Amino acid sequence: MSTHTFTLNGERVTVDVEDDVRLLWVIRDILGVTGPKYGCGINVCKACTSHINGKAFNPCSVPVGAISADDEVTTIEGLADGDTLHPMQEAWIDRDVPQCGYCQPGQIMAAVAKVNQCKAEGRDVDDDAIEEIRNICRCGTYNRIREAIKAGAENM
Amino acid sequence: MAHHRLASPPKETGLHRSVGRRKFLGYLIAAPTLVVAAELAREQVFGASEAFATIPSPPQTPEAYDLLDALRDAARPTANLIRVEVNKDGTVSFALPRSDNGQGIITSTQMIIAEEMDLDVDQVQVTLADARPELLFNQITGGSSTTFTTYTPIRVAAALAKGRLLEAGAQLLAQDVRTVTARKGLVLGSGGRSIPFSALAEKAASSTTQQVEVVLKARESFTVIGKAQNKTDARDIVTGRKVFATDLQIPDALPTVICRAPDLNGTPGDVDNIDDVRSMPGVTDVEPVSTGVAVRARTFGQAIDAVNALKVSWKRGTVAGENDDSVLKRVKAAELPMAVPAGVGRTIDRSFTFYFASSSSLETNCCIADVRKDRAELWGPMKNPIAAQGDVAKICGLPVGAVTMHVTQGGGSFGRKLFYDAALEAAECSKAFGKPVKLMWTRADDSRQGRVHPMSTGRVRAQINGDSVVSYEQRHTSVATQINPGLGEPVSAAAVKAPLGNLTLSESIFELTQVTPYEFGVSTRFLNEVDMRFNTTSMRNIYSPNVATAREVMVDQIADAMGKDPYEFRRGFLKTDRLRAALDAVAKKGRWGRSMPKGTAQGLGIHTEYKGVTAALVEIDCRPDTVNRPIREGVTGPRVTKVTFAVDVGLVINPKGLEAQMMGGINDALALILTSSLHLDDGHFVEASWDNYFYTRQWNTPPDLDIIILDSEADEPGGAGEFGLAATCGAIANAYARATGTVPEYFPINHKDPFPFEPKPTVPPIPESPTDGLDHTY
Ligand code: FES
Ligand code: FES
Repeated sequence: MSTHTFTLNGERVTVDVEDDVRLLWVIRDILGVTGPKYGCGINVCKACTSHINGKAFNPCSVPVGAISADDEVTTIEGLADGDTLHPMQEAWIDRDVPQCGYCQPGQIMAAVAKVNQCKAEGRDVDDDAIEEIRNICRCGTYNRIREAIKAGAENM
Repeated sequence: MAHHRLASPPKETGLHRSVGRRKFLGYLIAAPTLVVAAELAREQVFGASEAFATIPSPPQTPEAYDLLDALRDAARPTANLIRVEVNKDGTVSFALPRSDNGQGIITSTQMIIAEEMDLDVDQVQVTLADARPELLFNQITGGSSTTFTTYTPIRVAAALAKGRLLEAGAQLLAQDVRTVTARKGLVLGSGGRSIPFSALAEKAASSTTQQVEVVLKARESFTVIGKAQNKTDARDIVTGRKVFATDLQIPDALPTVICRAPDLNGTPGDVDNIDDVRSMPGVTDVEPVSTGVAVRARTFGQAIDAVNALKVSWKRGTVAGENDDSVLKRVKAAELPMAVPAGVGRTIDRSFTFYFASSSSLETNCCIADVRKDRAELWGPMKNPIAAQGDVAKICGLPVGAVTMHVTQGGGSFGRKLFYDAALEAAECSKAFGKPVKLMWTRADDSRQGRVHPMSTGRVRAQINGDSVVSYEQRHTSVATQINPGLGEPVSAAAVKAPLGNLTLSESIFELTQVTPYEFGVSTRFLNEVDMRFNTTSMRNIYSPNVATAREVMVDQIADAMGKDPYEFRRGFLKTDRLRAALDAVAKKGRWGRSMPKGTAQGLGIHTEYKGVTAALVEIDCRPDTVNRPIREGVTGPRVTKVTFAVDVGLVINPKGLEAQMMGGINDALALILTSSLHLDDGHFVEASWDNYFYTRQWNTPPDLDIIILDSEADEPGGAGEFGLAATCGAIANAYARATGTVPEYFPINHKDPFPFEPKPTVPPIPESPTDGLDHTY
């Protein structure tokens, strides 16, 4: 067992746990932050998508030992600015995207990162860019997700 | 006391014909604040199908009486226990005895109550009821029945509550009750005076329980029902605050995972190293249970590592040694013969195979259980909590009354949550450990041992003579679909009352859901099932996606044999104008017959079920550049580029919710026809996760999707949750056949392609999580 410190949603957190436990379980089972969901545990479904230092990543596939003290981890809970939702969250509500909602925290975190990536690379947020997003939605909300990403990107 | 005078505001008089004018019986319940209840007490009237041209087929059961009727009729004796309560803070609450897995029934129920009580939607609180054994079998969520069965009883209760509030308000204002109205939770009197519901909740309460006559609001005055409403929990979802079962923080309910056999339904024998595994980091408990060896640990990650470390000698499973081919052979051997022999007139025969598919909701099976000596408490997404409660009581050796089942919102169901496999296991584990558990299936468990849509075959024979179809026969033969006790009981009970013979439960459901919507002369449809002890379930739309695919492909073949255009042919042979209206809508909006490049094509499909009709027009691109477009660890194949879909499902409560359900069904149809299936090999399913099981992804979904909601004269809502699939499945198959010139004989069409993945091992049972996640950021 060793001690790990990092920033989670703007707060300094410290946990005692074995190095090889994947960050998803540290966040969910030990820290009780349950926005990121389990859907596969092998970096395939993307339901756990969160951000590390502003980029999308999948904590189910990162041992907590690989996280350093200056890393900033953001889950869906940390995306809004207090009560002010992120434009992507607004777009999601506006388009009434969610059905069961299980995949949606990951979808939104992926969408925000994809838009930032496109902007940094000077690419359009078009269908091709959106089709690089691998997140599964078993309820089949893909078509509204596409609309919401385009609308959210406008306001980012 | 003649309360019925008070229940209906005067502005709504003078209407006719509408169901809203009939009187219903409600109940005032003795309680400190206003509590009302309602029962279902009326008959349903549906127009008989009109005959159309050619050789009419005699009516088939579902045209008059379908699965929704059966579920509703089964619900009748107990529906009077549906209660609406007015709280002291003026809000109105209702515990819905159903399970919401994303189909939006909480939102639509809020809308129904808001409509009847003239409230804003967010002034109504709807929660999911705990298991209520007194509801008997009226607490199942299945067959797209929720809105259909609960619509009227909820309205009756809400209307009665409003009537009482108006009466109480009028008394306080010292005004005539006929002059007061309600709006946004206020009773409004003349002279601008108003009283909030909160001030009336106690005053309107009844000290005795009594029956009261109620009149419902007329459809013409609806202001909420039929208006697009966003899901009321959307903000919670997008901020990560929506709580699913495994998100609940129940004290000491630690993560629990079961080590499962390599074979489907294999069971554990000896465990070699149980003590070693007990001392692994984070592990608190390891015990053999009936379905494997259970591990409880501080985190799920540590429980999974411990599961993978276990050395268990396994007993063979229920389909040991079987594979796709051997199962298909058994299914084919059970196909019932056609009634009309081949060779009479011009005969067209086709047969199709539908391979196993996984119900695989994104939230895997899960449940929290806290079993003590004298009581048990469980939390889980259950569509059938009453049956679960009974079975949990048996496992725990407790009386039913000592078991509390909390229904959580589910992360998708697709038939999975009709069963409660996780609840039974959680109860068994908690009992074995003597501690609370948070049990979750891993994705590999879910893929390999989870409930599936069974393999089936469809055989169709039609005989044509000139421009007539003389006979049309369809046989659906399937690995048995398990229908859970909670669904089975009311259906089989109600089916006895329906104009059916002495059918088994599956046959009853088949008979109650399937109808051939064409005038095809002599028409027979039979189901036969082979029980091979697979874990099956009625995945979204039960038999319909397969039955409709076989039928719609056959319809195109018949049209072709007659030299007719598929659209014109369907127009001529469809049984009702309602079906034709749906077909015309997609043909027009989707531009049927427009010129398409070689290797691409349009296809049509039609379906009728759940008191409604649907039509789909699909465009597909089967050109090599599209089929072979590279996607890492994904399946591409033919791309459905456009779907135009029309639905008439009767009265629409929430068009936005209905559209969402259709969209989900359409994406499911893509998966079933083109990309996702399970492969059985040596007694187990090969697929272990989403990189093996190719459910629709962004790169498969149609870039162009147009859902048309048709106006309907119907007074009542039909079922919607499953209705997007069947017509779309048929349309995709037809588009594929027209684009490639090959009529598919099995589905999904990629089933026999070489695996685009390396199968994961079955021992250890759970693929290890990668450690290189930080190399893949973006
Ligand atoms: S749980 Fe992390 S990608 Fe599936
Ligand atoms: S909304 Fe249910 S999985 Fe996406």
